[in-house]
Amino acid sequence: MTRAHMLAWCAAAALLGATSLQIAHTARAADSPDSERPYTIENGHIDRATFRGYLYYGDACLRCHGPDGSGSSYAPSLVDSLKRLSKQTFEETVINGRMNVGTANDKVMPSFGTNADVVEHLEEIYSYLKARSDGAIGRGRPKKIGETDD
Amino acid sequence: MNVTSRFAAWSVAATASAVLLAGTALANDQLVKMSQDPAQWVMPTGDYGNQRHTALKQINTGNVKELRPVWTFSTGVLRGHEGGPLIVGDVMYVHTPFPNKVFALDLNDQGRIIWAYEPKQDPNVIPVMCCDTVNRGVAYGEGMVFLHQADATLVALDAKTGKLVWSVKDADPAKGATGTSAPQVVKNMVLVGVSGGEFGVQGHMTAYDIKTGKQIWRAYSEGPDDQILFDPAKTTNLGKPVGADSSLKTWEGDQWKIGGGATWGWISYDPALNLVYYGSGNPSTWNPTQRPGDNKWSMTVFARDADTGVAKWVYQMTPHDEWDYDGINEMILANVKVHGKDTKALVHFDRNGFAFVLDRASGALLQANKFDPAVNWATGYNLQTGLPERVKQYSTEAGGAEHNTKGICPAALGSKDEQPAAFSPETGLFYVPTNHVCMDYEPFKVAYSAGQPYVGATLSMFPPKGEKHLGNFIAYDVNEGKIVWSDPETFSVWSGALTTAGGLAFYGTLDGNLKAVDAKTGKELYKFKTPSGIIGNVTPFEHGGKQYIAVLSGVGGWAGIGMAAGLTEDTAGLGAVGAYKALSNYTQLGGVLTVFGLGD
Ligand code: HEC
Repeated sequence: MTRAHMLAWCAAAALLGATSLQIAHTARAADSPDSERPYTIENGHIDRATFRGYLYYGDACLRCHGPDGSGSSYAPSLVDSLKRLSKQTFEETVINGRMNVGTANDKVMPSFGTNADVVEHLEEIYSYLKARSDGAIGRGRPKKIGETDD
Repeated sequence: MNVTSRFAAWSVAATASAVLLAGTALANDQLVKMSQDPAQWVMPTGDYGNQRHTALKQINTGNVKELRPVWTFSTGVLRGHEGGPLIVGDVMYVHTPFPNKVFALDLNDQGRIIWAYEPKQDPNVIPVMCCDTVNRGVAYGEGMVFLHQADATLVALDAKTGKLVWSVKDADPAKGATGTSAPQVVKNMVLVGVSGGEFGVQGHMTAYDIKTGKQIWRAYSEGPDDQILFDPAKTTNLGKPVGADSSLKTWEGDQWKIGGGATWGWISYDPALNLVYYGSGNPSTWNPTQRPGDNKWSMTVFARDADTGVAKWVYQMTPHDEWDYDGINEMILANVKVHGKDTKALVHFDRNGFAFVLDRASGALLQANKFDPAVNWATGYNLQTGLPERVKQYSTEAGGAEHNTKGICPAALGSKDEQPAAFSPETGLFYVPTNHVCMDYEPFKVAYSAGQPYVGATLSMFPPKGEKHLGNFIAYDVNEGKIVWSDPETFSVWSGALTTAGGLAFYGTLDGNLKAVDAKTGKELYKFKTPSGIIGNVTPFEHGGKQYIAVLSGVGGWAGIGMAAGLTEDTAGLGAVGAYKALSNYTQLGGVLTVFGLGD
């Protein structure tokens, strides 16, 4: 919780000193996917924290980004996004949200900075989507390590 | 409203003031009369019975193959386009998803824009809409067009000029309440429901004065009797009075305050009984272990007195929901034979996969049969108790939180969603657009926070065992309670149906085809691929002596979200290989109205 709160706070503070345009610019220029793999996979089964990420993805993100992070008619595929985005950009986007509203678009990625379930489980959601993006797990409900293969 | 018509309305009201009831009945009669003129389509439901049938028969089984698009209109909006246009006289009213534009199009001049209305709404309402930013259309009455905006504001526009006449805030988007449903004009009132079952709203239906926008009554779906407008001695459930606190007793503590039961579907009305009918949605959250009790009156058919809102009867279809089977689908009012007996019926094809047939005066349950053979969460209904016979294996409660329940049919999007069915008095059959999709469902604990999603379950969806198609368009007979024919579709059928006196049934498909089939046999007689997937309702009208068929295409909504990337393989390995076609390979976004007609 603290780390993500800090993040949100930092982003807000930064906004006071710089225009949002500049921030977006630097973020994009510097952005590249993290090579770190936050998840553990054993025989195709994932660790419990990453599994919780799958659950909370279903709670907070599925209704826009579609089942399994695969994208929908409304919001982009996060499986693809995480091939480009750093963990930091990912977290900033989720905490602060993003608005893309104009003549041709009315897309809003909500800010989850005040959603305790998301903030507390952000690392886990990231880990789940990263595993999806890296191709470490497929579509559908992943199995937890220790769960039977029925 | 311009000065003359306001004056005219005022003087009508003044002369009628001595006999107030006669005055209100007058306004009502006018709309009923207009709805009986097949050239027009003056209610979002076509008529008060929600039958979606037209007496027009120029286009018929013999010549439908010559149908062709005669003009088209781009709405300039990309998101999912549900609902359909209204046709009032020489004008067509077309609505869009957020930003909720309304266009008045001149039918005498190839759809030239007479006026356009675009509200200024805070874009922060977008992310509190459940699944895409859909809107299901406008209503008409007393020279005004009524729009239920995404930000839960109901506005009345002058039908001639598009100028705002009045506006009222129906609910608070900061708490997750939004507007997606079409209002309905009944007597001197505009009725409107609310969306937000995924955000823990306390659902309600509200009646506003058609002239001023002043609230006349509001009935919540759950809460104390004075909030749900129940008379404990007179409001009945399957013939018996409900008694005091019928809702409160079925919730733990204060949970009813965030209990859901949103009212985002269609509204029907029986002028002879003076009852309005609609359904309520899922109890919040989707995690059943977190809300013990029957959660009344979520998942309920309501029959309410139009003038007071007081409930005459209620019937809860899915007590203590465990699957998100909202009960909001349309209530079709039809006089039909049920088990050989002439019946003033209310027929409702529910998300939970059962077709409910009730006596619409008494609320007696006459029949509840599956309208998709894949349905497995219950084996049937006990018509005396009104309770489903549940199958334990598919209970998402039984395994507790963080247990994955597999192979449940139907999936959360239901055997049918909001896309309304049609009833043909000629064949006596109901024509139902259906989803043929199953799911795994895993509930887990979530915290409530105002304006934040309150879902608490995750799911994956797949076709039923051994099957490849995800939808059917069916003809259903309530006399015998069975499917007469069933046309398979690659994807869920998410478009409102239409039947015609020309012997046709029309519907649209998610991959973008407008189709016409023989109402007797289901045989496909015509199809045309429109610019995008169809989740709108097929709408008929006549102009200059010629019959037309209009439909909005523009893929999106829950269907677009669930199926854009295709469905998954189910974890139990039941689904057929190759069934996981991605909708995004068939169609892309974009709102277009297409009007079809015969050649000269
Ligand atoms: C109300 C719909 C909605 C919800 C809910 C939602 N998102 Fe988004 N999200 C969007 C939209 C729309 C965009 C694209 C915005 C744009 O076009 O700039 C987006 C963009 C993103 C991006 C940036 C993608 C990129 O390629 O730059 C990330 C990361 C993201 N969302 C993560 C999440 C996560 C994680 C959740 C759940 C905690 C979530 N979103 C919930 C609508 C939503």
